[in-house]
Order: sequence, then structure tokens, then C-alpha cells
Amino acid sequence: MKMITAVIKPFKLDDVRETLAGIGVQGVTVTEVKGFGRQKGHTELYRGAEYVVDFLPKVKIEVALPESMVDGAVEAILNSARTGKIGDGKIFITDLQEVIRIRTGETGDEAI
Amino acid sequence: METDIVNLQYALDTFYFLVMGAFVMWMAAGFAMLEAGLVRAKNTTEILTKNIALYAVACTTYLVMGYTIMYGGSEGGILPDTWFGNSIGNATADEVLASGGDTYYSGASDFFFQVVFVATAMSIVSGAVAERMKLWAFLAFAIVMTGFIYPMQGMWKWGGGFLDAAGFQDFAGSGVVHLTGATAAIAGVLLLGPRKGKYTKDGKAIAIPGSNLPLSTLGMFILWMGWFGFNGGSELMVSNIDEANAVSNVFVNTNAAACGGLLAALITARFMFGKADLTMAINGALAGLVAITAEPLSWTAGWATLVGAVGGVLVVFSVILMDKIKIDDPVGAISVHGVVGIWGLIAVCFSGNEDASFGGQLLGIGVIFTWVFVTSLIVWAILKAVVGIRVSEQDEYDGVDLSECGMEAYPEFVSSK
Repeated sequence: MKMITAVIKPFKLDDVRETLAGIGVQGVTVTEVKGFGRQKGHTELYRGAEYVVDFLPKVKIEVALPESMVDGAVEAILNSARTGKIGDGKIFITDLQEVIRIRTGETGDEAI
Repeated sequence: METDIVNLQYALDTFYFLVMGAFVMWMAAGFAMLEAGLVRAKNTTEILTKNIALYAVACTTYLVMGYTIMYGGSEGGILPDTWFGNSIGNATADEVLASGGDTYYSGASDFFFQVVFVATAMSIVSGAVAERMKLWAFLAFAIVMTGFIYPMQGMWKWGGGFLDAAGFQDFAGSGVVHLTGATAAIAGVLLLGPRKGKYTKDGKAIAIPGSNLPLSTLGMFILWMGWFGFNGGSELMVSNIDEANAVSNVFVNTNAAACGGLLAALITARFMFGKADLTMAINGALAGLVAITAEPLSWTAGWATLVGAVGGVLVVFSVILMDKIKIDDPVGAISVHGVVGIWGLIAVCFSGNEDASFGGQLLGIGVIFTWVFVTSLIVWAILKAVVGIRVSEQDEYDGVDLSECGMEAYPEFVSSK
């Protein structure tokens, strides 16, 4: 099992969610985050005092998947989240040691 | 028939006073919203508590001694005849009729109208000391300010004291209310110090953005509407043709000055900073209102707009200047009410008000500033020495919502047992 974590532009969330649902992904967890990669920030003024806008709003999506679905999900996210401009985000894939469904106690692939 | 007219006029003027007083009371909500929006989320509960408590302190202290001091003095005098006690009183119908027009509204309505002005003056201080002052120390200061400092200088002008006798003009309180509040504020801020992290070692100002600009904008509009009561009610009468006309002019001029101030500040900020600064526009509208408060009657509406506009320009530069000299004022209260309050008092000399003179206005400015600054500084200094006025560094970091109120304004992840 793998955990896919994707940091994407906030307005792309609906597209990504629909595309993932289209390939059979059953559940996602979404968090509002702030971040930056190589995309630089800029300065603004608040009542004459400068401040740096480094952290830009992003959305983090976490999906737990059986290994067989990972490639399809990555493809789906890439196609739906990409704009071609800087700040599109990143996808991280990590190993998932265990998954347990709280309601029933099922584990492993049954729980995803 | 004659008696009926007197009855009707008395009722109308009393009603007018009461409604205008209620409008000024509403400004307390305006201040609360304005300040809540300009501080950080972790300090919101505290500033709201401070705002509602200072209103209650002001009304109670003024009831117990302030009103008596302010209206108990002799003409042209310096000291009041009495210091303590509730001096509110309504004339009977017979006394009113016998007074030949001298008594034309309820004494209780006079108290009501005056007490809300005290609360307004006190409220000016709360924004300047936000995010780092101990709540109870502030309220202790509020008792002295509303029971003694404000009423004394109020007596010298509106109570018929020596400033009034010297020809000092202040229709609705650019000096008596706004400059007074700002002066008490600056005395406090000088002893309090800036927020941690506000200024770098080389004196550069760091931005500490407010957490809720919708609230601040709402606060501005609430203050604006309340100001119709502040200036409109200060005409003190509405029940004949001349007075009704005068009140109408006051409403028009008050509104015009706010608009002039807002636009001037918005445009000035655009030039200085490159973008439209909402907080400066808000300060600008309020500056326009403060500027016209000393004389909302004698101008034409066009001139009132310009008087407000000058206030709007002044406030932008004043806010920048305050940061340059490291006076940390999170909401711009000292700039809006102090710097522009002084402009408002001087502007009276150009208004066509024949009783105004430079000498009289400067005397008023000098006396009010000196009295309020010195007495406030003494009280703040005593509080600082005895109980401390500033929260600890850790408490400031965690937010005064927790240290002073034990309650977050925007709680998350609160668990119940």
C-alpha cells in the first residue's frame, strides 16, 4: 500500500477530486496549507511597513491506495492539477505500513 | 396653547437628545469592531472585553463623580464647586414653563448625552495600547480618566470654565473628546512600549496585519453613523426652524467630511504605497469625521469635504511618522484623534465662525494637551510601578486572550471532559 501526498493549487482541488473519483479512488483527506518551492514570494506594504509574502496558499491531498492503483492516480493528479505555470505543486509517494478502518476493524487492502 | 407649544418643544428637544445620545452609544460598537479587526486573532477576546468594560466603567464613574465635576463649576472657573455625587435632575413642568425657554430639555437627557461622549474619549485609548497591556491596569486608568481627567478639561470648555470664557471653540469635541483621548493614549504608549517584534534594531517597522478586515470596515461604518449623533446632537436643539436647519447642515457636513477624508487617505496611500490600503481608507474616513467635529456647522458642504480631506492626508503621514519615531499604535488612534483633532481645532479659524481666534484655539489645544498628558502620564506611571501595565513576554507571545481572559476568540480543538 502507498500513501500519495499531493500539494496543489487550491483552485485545482475540484478537478483533481473528480478525476480521482473517475478512476475509482474512494476517499481522500484534504488540508489547507501554505508553502513555497522554487516559486519566490514578494513583498507587500501594510500601513507603510513592508512584509514578505513567502507562503502561498495550497491544498494538500492525501490518498491511501493499493500499489496497483498508484500509477493511475499519479497520472490523474498530474493531468488535472497541472497549469504549466510555476507553483503547480508536487506529488510525494510514501510506503504505507498499515491501514485500519475504525468502524469495522478491517485492515490492509480491505480497509482502503 | 402657549403651554402646549412649550411642552411639545421640550419633548421634541429631549427626544432628540436621547436619540442622538443613543447614536453616540452605538459608536462603542464601532470602536469594538474596528479594533477587533485590526489586532491579531490571539488578542481579539481581550480587546473586545476591554471595549465593553471601558464603556461600563465610563458610564458608572461619570455618574458617580464625573458629571458633577464637569457641570458643577463657576463660569470662567478652573475648579468645580462639587466633586462627588449624582447631580442628575429633571426640572418639573412648572419650573420649565417658568424658565422662559432657558430649560428646554430634560436634565437626565443631558446626562445621557454627555456620558456617551466620555465613553467615546476613553475608547480611543484602547486601540493604541492593544495587544500588550494588562486589562485590569487599563480599566484602573479608565476610572481616573473618566472620573477626573476628562471631566476637568470638559468643565473648562463645555462646563463654561476658563477655556470657554477665553473664546476657545469646540462644537462637538475635536479637543474635549478626541485630542483628550489621543493624548491619554500617547502618554500610555510611551510608558508601555511597542509590541514585541514591531520594530527591528535599525528602526524599521515590521507589518503586523489585522486579522479581520470585514469587522474593521463594519466598525468604520458604525462609527460614521454614530457620528451623526455626536455632531448632530451637539447642536443641542432641533425644535424650531433655525435649529432644524442647523442640525441638517451639521449632518450634511459630517457626512461630507468623512467622504473627503476617506478619498484623500485612499489616494494618498495609493501614491505612497502603490496599492489601495483599506485600513488607511478607514482611518481616513474617521480622520475626516474628527476634523469636522470642532466645527460641523459653519462650513458649506464643499468646504467640509476639504476639511475632512486635509484630515485624511494628515492621517496617512502621521501613521508613517509614528512608526518612524517608534510609537506603536496598532489602529492609528493617536493619528486619527490626536493629530487630526488638532487640525480640526485650528480649522475652525477658517470656517467663518466669528467667535473663533487663533489665540483661543491654541490656548485650548495647549491646555487640553498639557493637562491630559501630564495627569495621564502620572497615572500610567503609578500603575506601571505598582501593578505593571505590560503583560509578560510569554503572555504577549501566547496572546492576551489567554493571559487576560482565558478565552480564545476563534477556538479550535477545544476538548471538553
